[in-house]
Amino acid sequence: MHIPDGFLDTKTIIATTAFSAVGFGTALHKLKNTILPHQIPMVGLTAAFVFVAQMLNFPVVAGTSGHLVGSVLTAVLLGPNAAVVVITSVLIVQCFLFADGGVLALGANIFNMAIIGSFFGYMIYRIVNKIIPGRRGWFTAIMFASWCSTVLASILCAGELAWSGTVRWNAAFPVMANVHMLIGIGEGLITVLVIAAVWKTRADLLEENVSRVSPSSHREFIIYGIITVVGLLLFLSPFVSEWPDGLEKTAALLGFERNAIDSSLIQFPISDYKFPGVGSPAMATTLAGLVGAVIVFILGLVISKFLVSQSDKKISTR
Amino acid sequence: MRHDFIDRFSRIDSPIHRLSTSVKVILAFTAVITTIVLHISFAWYYAGYSLLLLAGACVSRIPKLFLLKRLLLFEPFVLGVSTLSLLQSGGGIIFFTVVLKSTLCLATMILLSNTTPFSDLLSLMKHLHVPGLLITILALMYRYLFVLIDETEKMQRARESRTFTEKQSHVWKTRVTLIAQLFIRSTERAERIYSAMRARGWK
Repeated sequence: MHIPDGFLDTKTIIATTAFSAVGFGTALHKLKNTILPHQIPMVGLTAAFVFVAQMLNFPVVAGTSGHLVGSVLTAVLLGPNAAVVVITSVLIVQCFLFADGGVLALGANIFNMAIIGSFFGYMIYRIVNKIIPGRRGWFTAIMFASWCSTVLASILCAGELAWSGTVRWNAAFPVMANVHMLIGIGEGLITVLVIAAVWKTRADLLEENVSRVSPSSHREFIIYGIITVVGLLLFLSPFVSEWPDGLEKTAALLGFERNAIDSSLIQFPISDYKFPGVGSPAMATTLAGLVGAVIVFILGLVISKFLVSQSDKKISTR
Repeated sequence: MRHDFIDRFSRIDSPIHRLSTSVKVILAFTAVITTIVLHISFAWYYAGYSLLLLAGACVSRIPKLFLLKRLLLFEPFVLGVSTLSLLQSGGGIIFFTVVLKSTLCLATMILLSNTTPFSDLLSLMKHLHVPGLLITILALMYRYLFVLIDETEKMQRARESRTFTEKQSHVWKTRVTLIAQLFIRSTERAERIYSAMRARGWK
């Protein structure tokens, strides 16, 4: 998902750089004020850990393989502020050491993966964790949050590409979102399994870190929240109006009057969508996303039940 | 133990390696910005810059095959995403523009990252008053990246020498344990590093 240089135009580069500068600045400032000296090496080593973990491939069907991104993993292990700093550091090193991801696109990549990926994922994690209490809810929250963060980051990526005029929204959104709905399942599974494995061997480590590295206050949540909402509005809202475009095209091909279609769309926005299928690919993708979210949530519940019983077994045999 | 594969050539000697870091960074940034902002119709710029990059690659004394491999490593993504741009009117031009521009930028960054040690970039950042905490984190990250890669390889080797065939389901299980173990080990290492830093008078 690392956007290379050349895909984004000037206005997108400036906007994403500004957003990520504010977001990263907030995270770094907060981390600086709250971090204890002995945690500084810990944050650095976690950044190195995420870099290495991203290099390990997991086999997926038919010879393809995927790898971890680690936005939610880091947010759960170290808290959201440290996670934003860690993922940003990983992106900086990948950019300047590996040429992975563009320099001018660095802002966009930080925005998608570090700020939205970690913060938005962390928000979902907290919300689900509140709804379903206990360790089972914890595991479900981790899995679901990882999936959501991966999918949202990819949608934003599609929005940025469309905003730059590189790829049409109607092509970028379905492809990016659908692919990442599958990748997100892998991300969710790896994240929850890794955290369960850490929990099984060193539960103390998790409790200690979560409570101590950069406790987050309402102020950053408001700042991150504003950046997220403004980013979503800026990069995605121009295309919401474009959604009927596919339908319009087919209608034009079939020989209808353009004007007639336009006015009918304004008057009856819903009735024109034949659910499912016929509508635009973007609409179908949105529906698929909603269904996917439910499926992943249920999958998370099932897996967490298994993980809880597994970890209990481990403790009783000790 | 080949953990220097990431930036093996950034410390060799060549006229480009000898240039000061700030000059290289300014040149690279200017080139990337110009490449992105300039319209595709300035064909002379793109042709000239491609030749300049080729010349730079030759002067840098980095094996050509290595540079080519690095370029090809990221090219599939570039081509994959830009294929999507073909799905619109005038998509051919956009496709060509995007592939050309991103390949040139990629080549520029590959040349920069392989002719400049990361530690030099860090000291440049320090000059530019980048917050100290970020520099400390980046420096620690870079320093221990290779140690962690080494540790991962050791763990993988240990695992491989104990399993005859790896089943698909096994791969997942072992990778997950590996990542979890790696996190635990890096945390423990961080504690030792902190003691060592303190012993040497850090803060």
